[in-house]
Amino acid sequence: MNIEIIRKIDQDNMKTEKPKFDVGDTVRVHFKVVEGKRERIQIFEGVVLKKQNGGISETFTVRKISYGIGVERTFPIHSPKIEKVEVVRRGKVRRARLHYIRDRIGKATKVKERR
Amino acid sequence: MKQALIGKKVGMTQVFKENGEIVPVTVIEAGPCVVLQKKTIEVDGYESVQLAYGDVKEKHVTKPVQGQYNKNGVPFRKIIKEFRLDDVATLETGQELKVDIFEAGDRVDISGKSKGKGFQGNIKRHGQARGPMSHGSKYHRRPGAMSASASPGEVPKGKNLPGQMGNKNVTTLNLEVVQVDAENNLLLVKGAVPGSRGSVVTIKTSVKA
Repeated sequence: MNIEIIRKIDQDNMKTEKPKFDVGDTVRVHFKVVEGKRERIQIFEGVVLKKQNGGISETFTVRKISYGIGVERTFPIHSPKIEKVEVVRRGKVRRARLHYIRDRIGKATKVKERR
Repeated sequence: MKQALIGKKVGMTQVFKENGEIVPVTVIEAGPCVVLQKKTIEVDGYESVQLAYGDVKEKHVTKPVQGQYNKNGVPFRKIIKEFRLDDVATLETGQELKVDIFEAGDRVDISGKSKGKGFQGNIKRHGQARGPMSHGSKYHRRPGAMSASASPGEVPKGKNLPGQMGNKNVTTLNLEVVQVDAENNLLLVKGAVPGSRGSVVTIKTSVKA
């Protein structure tokens, strides 16, 4: 009974439709940023490295190379700040966590495209 | 104004604020509580109120306690707790207090019986550091020196030593009420609360508020 109460609260806080993408996909995360009083949308584009946890606390990590430096950002999937997640390119991977990409440089970081 | 309720810890989860901030919350099933008895200065020498909470079978209520319920015309409840509130006069015997006496943004103190850890050493119980495990050291997890020698010639009272840890009353102060669900008698407070899931907790307006 206790677990049902918590599940109900989680459901109220969760998005009705979870954005659909998989590990290895290249995505554009539309993220709301508040600057002073103005709110605008910032886009973070990169490869989905991993998905972590489940339910309300589910998060995903996106990695990109920005001016030659690897940048990783972790987003909560159900955060109201995430407007949408656009899949640019689907990736073909054989791992759930693509930590090996961190050790690679240049062309080797590329994930095969899934068709 | 001071308010108090008795409730049951349901568990923890997280909620999103409007600005996207994640807040870790403890869910508490608080109330409804019944005012069982009022204590007054004339009769008892002090002012307080006894609240009763929780369903119970009649056979589990002892006869003397049954007498107390019958005298005040209140149906049997599982738990009775006494609170010193300032507005005792405004409450009526038999009145039901619900979770809507609190609102989001209030600060509350929550007490409960902490999880029992059993007999624990100084490292776990008092957060002391351990000695080296190798290089000939034989001093691994011991409690340290007791005190100086002939003067004072005794172990000071209150010296940190091994013993029972947990399973005692603990109060967490100044927790923020995040959300109140009056329909389902639920209270969401920011942060952790003493005790295991399903244990009884008391919620009071914070002394720091």
